[in-house]
Order: sequence, then C-alpha cells, then structure tokens
Amino acid sequence: MNHGLVTAAYIIAAILFVLSLAGLSKQETAKRGNKFGIAGMAIALIATLTSADPSAFIYILIAMVIGGAIGARLALKVAMTEMPQMVALLHSFVGLAAVLVGYNTFLKLMGAAHVDEAMLTIELVEIYLGVFIGAITLTGSLVAFGKLQGTVSSKALTLPGKNLLNIIALAATIVLMVFFIQQEGNLIILAVMTAIALLFGIHLVASIGGADMPVVISMLNSYSGWAAAAAGFMLTNDLLIVTGSLVGSSGAILSYIMCKAMNRSFISVILGGFGNKPAAKGEAEEMGEYKEMKPDEVAELLKSSNSIIITPGYGMAVAQAQYPVADMTRKLREKGIEVRFGIHPVAGRLPGHMNVLLAEAKIPYDIVLEMDEINEDFPSTDTVLVIGANDTVNPSAQEDPNSPIAGMPVLEVWKAHNVVSFKRSMNTGYAGVENPLFYKENNFMCFGDAKNTMEEILKAL
Amino acid sequence: MIIGVPKETLAGERRVAATPTSVAQLVKLGFNVVVESGAGNEASLTDDQYVAAGASIADSAKVWESDIIYKVNAPNNEEIPNLKDGATLVSFIYPAQNPDLVASLSTKNINVLAMDMVPRISRAQSMDALSSMANIGGYRAVIEAAHHFGRFFTGQITAAGKVPPAKVLIIGAGVAGLAAIGTANSLGAIVRAFDTRLEVAEQIESMGGQFLKLEFAADEDGSTSGGYAKVMSDEFIQAEMALFAAQAKEVDIIVTTALIPGKPAPKLISKEMVDSMKPGSVIVDMAAQAGGNCEYTVPGQLHVTESGVKIIGFTDLPGRLPTQSSEMYATNLLNLAKLLCKEKDGNINIDFEDVVLRNMSVIHNGDVTFPPPQISVSAAPVKKEAAPVAEVKEKKPSNAKYIFGILGVLLLGWMGYSSPPEFLGHFTVFSLAIIVGYYVVWNVTHALHTPLMSVTNAISGIILIGALLQITGEMSAITVLAFIGILVATINVVGGFTVTQRMLKMFSRD
Repeated sequence: MNHGLVTAAYIIAAILFVLSLAGLSKQETAKRGNKFGIAGMAIALIATLTSADPSAFIYILIAMVIGGAIGARLALKVAMTEMPQMVALLHSFVGLAAVLVGYNTFLKLMGAAHVDEAMLTIELVEIYLGVFIGAITLTGSLVAFGKLQGTVSSKALTLPGKNLLNIIALAATIVLMVFFIQQEGNLIILAVMTAIALLFGIHLVASIGGADMPVVISMLNSYSGWAAAAAGFMLTNDLLIVTGSLVGSSGAILSYIMCKAMNRSFISVILGGFGNKPAAKGEAEEMGEYKEMKPDEVAELLKSSNSIIITPGYGMAVAQAQYPVADMTRKLREKGIEVRFGIHPVAGRLPGHMNVLLAEAKIPYDIVLEMDEINEDFPSTDTVLVIGANDTVNPSAQEDPNSPIAGMPVLEVWKAHNVVSFKRSMNTGYAGVENPLFYKENNFMCFGDAKNTMEEILKAL
Repeated sequence: MIIGVPKETLAGERRVAATPTSVAQLVKLGFNVVVESGAGNEASLTDDQYVAAGASIADSAKVWESDIIYKVNAPNNEEIPNLKDGATLVSFIYPAQNPDLVASLSTKNINVLAMDMVPRISRAQSMDALSSMANIGGYRAVIEAAHHFGRFFTGQITAAGKVPPAKVLIIGAGVAGLAAIGTANSLGAIVRAFDTRLEVAEQIESMGGQFLKLEFAADEDGSTSGGYAKVMSDEFIQAEMALFAAQAKEVDIIVTTALIPGKPAPKLISKEMVDSMKPGSVIVDMAAQAGGNCEYTVPGQLHVTESGVKIIGFTDLPGRLPTQSSEMYATNLLNLAKLLCKEKDGNINIDFEDVVLRNMSVIHNGDVTFPPPQISVSAAPVKKEAAPVAEVKEKKPSNAKYIFGILGVLLLGWMGYSSPPEFLGHFTVFSLAIIVGYYVVWNVTHALHTPLMSVTNAISGIILIGALLQITGEMSAITVLAFIGILVATINVVGGFTVTQRMLKMFSRD
C-alpha cells in the first residue's frame, strides 16, 4: 500500500486509541471506548499488514491465530476475582514482545550495510532502553502474577542492602550502555544487560508487599507502554510511539491517583522502595473486648434500619460473596431500605476490583459510591456492613499517629450508628495492623465465611 | 469476693448501682452479690428479681460488710465508718470538688475508685458513667423543658391554625448536649447549638443541630487534650456573650450544659438575657450542680422569673429516669468488674499499670492517689502540630519542579543540537502523546480503573505491529523471534479487549 495511506491509517488508529481511553473514563461511554480501541487496533494491524513482507504472511497468520485463540480463551475463562492476575500476566506478554522486537532490531541493524553515525548511536540507545524496560516489565509482571495467584509469597522480600542492589543494577546498566554505544553494538553486552534487567524486575516487584499490588500493576502497565514507545523509536513508527506513550503516561497517572488514595509517595512506589517499611507493632495497649452477633440478629438489625452502607473488601472477593450480597441488597431495597456501597480506592487487589465484582453480581453502579462521595454520610447511616475489609476501615489511620497506616484516608464507618464486621477470625489485615474498629462500642463481629454468613442472613430476611 | 449494693441514702436519689441483669453477669464472673432490701424499689426493680438473678437480699449492716461496695453516690459521714478494712468502694466521688470526702475516706484502709474519673479513651468508653449519665440527662433536660413549655415543639399547620416550631438553643455539645440536640430534633424543634470546641461542629450537625459559629477574629479552639473544654480568653467570652444575648431574644428554650472540670460552671446566661426572653420560655440549666450557667438558677429547683421565664435547675436529671440510668450505670460497673477481674474468679486486682484503673483510683490501700498522672485522649492537637510540617513539605517540590524544568529544557536543547531531525520529529510526537495521555486519564471514574487498565493493556499490545514489520519469509533468527513476538502480542491484544468487553458488559444502571 501507498506509504501515505498507511500513515493516514495510523493517524486514524491513534485518534481512536485516544478516544478509547477518554471513553473509558466514564461509565456511560465506557463500552463505546472499548469498541474504539478494537477498531483502532484493527485499522493499525491491517495497515501494517499491507506493508509487511508478503512472503511471511503464512507465519503471521499462524502466530496470530494461535495467539488470538490463547488470548480469547484466557479472557473468557478467567473468573472476575482472578482479574488482577490476568492483567498482570498480559503485561508480561507485552514485556516479552518488547524484548524480542528490541533484539530483532539489533540483529537487523548489525546486518545493515551502512548507517549514519549519529543515527546509529540513537538507534542503539533506543534498542538498549527498549530491551531494558521490556525485560523489567516481563519479569516484574510475572512476579506480580505469582504473588496475586498465591504461588509466590505475597510478603515483601527484604534482601540485605536492598536499595544498594537496585542502585548497583542501575549503575551497571548505565555503564554497559556506554560500552554498548562505544563498540557500536555488541550482542554480549546486550544479553548481559537483559539478564540484569530481568533480575532487576524480579527484585523490584518481589520487594513490594501484596497489599500494594494495585499500584504495582498499574505501574507495570505504564512500563509496558514505555516499552512499546521505545520500540516505536527503534522502528521509526509513529503509531507505536503515540500509543506507547499514551499507555505509559496513563498508567503512570493511574498509579499516581492510587498512591494519593493510599497516602503513599509516588516516587518510592515507582522505585519499588515502599513495601519494606518496617511494620510498627500495634501499640502495647490491648484492645479490649469485641461483641459478636449471629446472622439472624444481623438480619433483624438490617430490617430495622432505614439506611445501610456496605463496605466490601478483599474478603468479599475471596469468599465470592458478591452474589448473596447482591441478593440481599435487592431484598432490602424492595423493603424500601436505602442500601448503598462505599468503595475505598484501594479495596481489593486491583483498583476498582470491588466495582467489577459488584457489577458482575448485577448491582446497579449508581448505588456504588466512592469513598469521598460517601464518607460524609456515615454519621446519618443506621447500619454499616463491613464485608471482608480491614485496613480500609481502620480508625487508627486517623486516630493513632504512630500507626503504620497513619494518614491514609479511610472509610469512616465507625461514625455510623451500628457497624457489623464480617470476618473469618480476629486476624489482622494485609498491613498487619490491629483494627480498633472491631472493639468499638457500636461494632459487632459476625464471624465465618462471608458467603455462608450472607446466605444465612438472606434466609433470615 | 462479695459485692454489696446498698440502698442509696441521698435525698431524692432513685438510682441503684446494680440491676438483675448486671447481677447475673457479676455472678458469672465469680462474685457473690448482696443487695440491700428495697434498693431497687425506686427504679422499679424488686427484691424478687434480684434473687432470681442470683443475688442475696440483706439488711444495710450486712451489705456494708462486703469486700466491694458498688454505689451511685459517695457514702456520707454515717456510712463511711461502716466500710470494712481492706474494702473497695466504687461510686461517684468527684475528688477535685470534695477534698473533705477524700480526707475522711483516707482515714480508713480502703481502696476507692471514682466512676467520675474514667479517662475518655476508647477502651474505657464502656465504663464511662459520666457519659452514660450525661446522655440520659440530656434527654431528660429536653423532656423537662417540653413539659414546662406551653407549646408544641414541632411546627404544624392545622385547621385550628398554624403552629410555629419551637426554637431550641443548646449550649455545650458534650454527651449531654448532643443527646439534648438529638431529642429536641426528634421532637421536631429547630435546634441550634454552640460549643467553644470547633471540632464538635460535625457532631452537632450529625445529630440534626445547627452549629453557631462565632464571628471571631482569632480562631480560638476550646478543646483540650483531655477531651473537655477549657477556659477561654476574654475577647472570646465577650463575643460569645453577644451571641447568646442575640439568640436569647429569638429562641424559646435554652439548655445549658457548659462545665469545666474542677471549676465552678461559667455564667453564660445573664439576668438581662433571661429578661429579654419571651414569657413562657424555658431554660434548663444542666450545670446547676456546679453553680449553674444561668444567673437565675436555683440548684435543685424550678424558678420562675418575674417576666415569666421558667428556669429548671434540677440536679437529678439522670435520676428522673431511674430505671434507665440504673441500667446504664450498672452496666458501666459491670464492665469495670470485667476489667478488675480478668481471671473471672471473683477476685479483683487494681492494676496500676492500667491507665484506666490508675486514673480512677482515688485511694489505694488507704493512701490518697489523686490526682493521677495526665493522659491525653483527643486527637485534635496532634493534627495542629503536623500542619507546619506539611507546609514545609509542600514547598520543597515546588523548588524541585523549577530545577527539573530547567534541566529538562537544557536536555532538550542539547538533544535538538546533536540529534538528526528525523529523530526530533518522533520525539515531538512522543512528548505530545504523553500530555494527551495525562489529560485523557486524569478524570477517570474510580470504578473504571480496572477496565481502563485492561484496555490500556490491550492497546499496549500495539507492539504487535513492531513484530509484524520485522518478520520475513526466510527462516532466520529474526523471523523466529518476530514469530514469538507476534504470538504473545496477539494474546495480549485479544485477551485485553475481550476481558474489558466482559467487564463492561456487567456494569449496568438501575
């Protein structure tokens, strides 16, 4: 195809990608946004295929059919609760592809007859950076996947001299880059650097605790974008550049928004430096006693309430309790009781994780509110159900300046008239912090698997 | 050990320190409970009920022989000699106001725990008798006011004419004030409230009251680290008085609850203010015991001024709901017993390591232990200290921003000078796309974070076209690598879009 036409197609694809991301920022336009994305991708692929080597079509076809089948199968099979792992895994594919494209460009460059010197330097830097970012994304995503899946311990890994290791890895990478350019390209140096980057990626994510995975995933998303942008520079392909940097910057912004929600420093997350804060032990003062409530009593309490807020957490996802919760919500609403959901920005293991689960259970999204929207309403709420949430409703974030989560914005559930907390046991949450909520005057504990408990309440309603 | 519950001897006292419910629980903890015959009569609790709950009934002399005495009011001079050696007395003491009482109690080798000295920390809330009594008192204050007020509280439009709602001013939004706000609000009145502590504005509003804020130059906050109010500056008090004078002309009912621990109650409502009120208006002075907030107040009595304003100075407001207040006080005492007797073996241990018990203790083995060392409970002062730190932090990045900006410009200059124009073209595209990405994503709805992430993930599969451009027909390392690249990138593209589609399908509106 004519080069101009390809460029025009690329421009259209780029615009569609922008519209896609913009569409995804609102509920009403989200579905349209996804379609724009698909259309953009289709146009980009078709345009590229016309300029690809015709003799390779058969390979392309085979690769895409196999890849497409695997992708579709993964996507259709995955349970909504496993979405975080799925997204992490997909990131690793982008990382791998970026590494491969980088190596290929290098091989081609080395095979080329004559290259302008300034151009050569720039291309070498691009290849070097592209492979570096791609390799980090690859192993980092795999570790994140392992942590979320539970195959790797979700605890933050703390090697001795952890920060020093990171600095050495970065310094070695920079030194190697200088050699790499001086020697006008050297496969061995590139391979050594790749190995360092792979290890670096593992270490970076392994040293971040499981509770901070939402930020990590978003950060890896950003990395995968930069990797694509680097590939665009190598191949002097504007579409790759545009799309890669779109994804890169949007991922970075998303991580930033999340860090703000958790009151964490963005820089320290990006550098993987924050999961290792020594968790200060809960204060010496013992917390007192908690009161228990049986499911049928909870049902009575719910029936006598006028307004109810449900604040779900990861525990709801683990127990798959969203369906009984949805049924309960419907029943209560039929009785004319106001039921709403309050979602903490970092509830679950992925930003918006709770929203996805609640949507899956067909809970209308207009009663699902964000923390900032609902926090003021707690004092006028009769009953709050805390389902499998812990750190996101912990009053010590506000009351105890020595708490490890001090300053983190939390759902102020304890201001409601009654709180019922559903938990399996009195163990601490992901941050390992005692939760004084459970010992408050107006709080009742309802122990057991959230799903079973919810079903019992449902029966009693 | 034996817990003795004597009948209260103070004139007009209707409460009792144990109820059948609390007795049953105390027995479970391993205690024997002896209740004086007729102790619960005024609170509608019969001897038979106590016996059924596991207590024994005895006469006064027998009860005073107990190891532990649970009482509401402090014992009087006739009762103190009855306490046996080594006994533990638990009741309201008010040691700061009653040094004579403390002195005469300390002549005996006993332990005394003051229920009015429970520290205001969350762990001790279940024992905080001042709060539970204040809650009842606040409720009763409004009921008393309603009783003596000649009109409805709620506004009504009826065939017999239109009734305006009563306007109620509550001064002091502690537990009593908040309870009064809630009660008056639920009766339908328009409720305004004032407090020197700014942090309670939210609590007032949550109970349905309107917070009256002083138009005062320096933002003075009357809260202390102990959770109670402090004495304010002169200018503040002047502004406060002007506010009350203006409100007095307008409102029908005033409930005052202003107390400063260990000091006489501040005089907030002057005679002139009362005289300016409409005839038939009611003032309930909940601080009457400490001298009263109103200049007309006669402690313990209902006083009607010449202009027809009724001033209620009852000092026994909680006692006017004897059953309710006995229940709550008994529960406070029960919770104290749980703290004293962790082993549930019927023996108590006054552990001075425990700040709650240390704070409550007035006399320990005959030695006066009052006043206790200070403990801090309010979170507000900490916030203040944190504020300046935050400011410093904010300043730093703004400097860093400039430095980064200048460095960025220099770097770009160097790049433009040394790079071929082709590269710069790509770089322009790169920079602009970053900015577009920033604006597009900045306002994303939180609920859509996951779909957004999975769609950006799918889009980042655009790396696929990189691999497409590299693959060739001939078998070479490049082709193999590109083949794998295409394969994995396609997984990503197809997987990402499909998952997003699946997720978005589920979002539905009601």
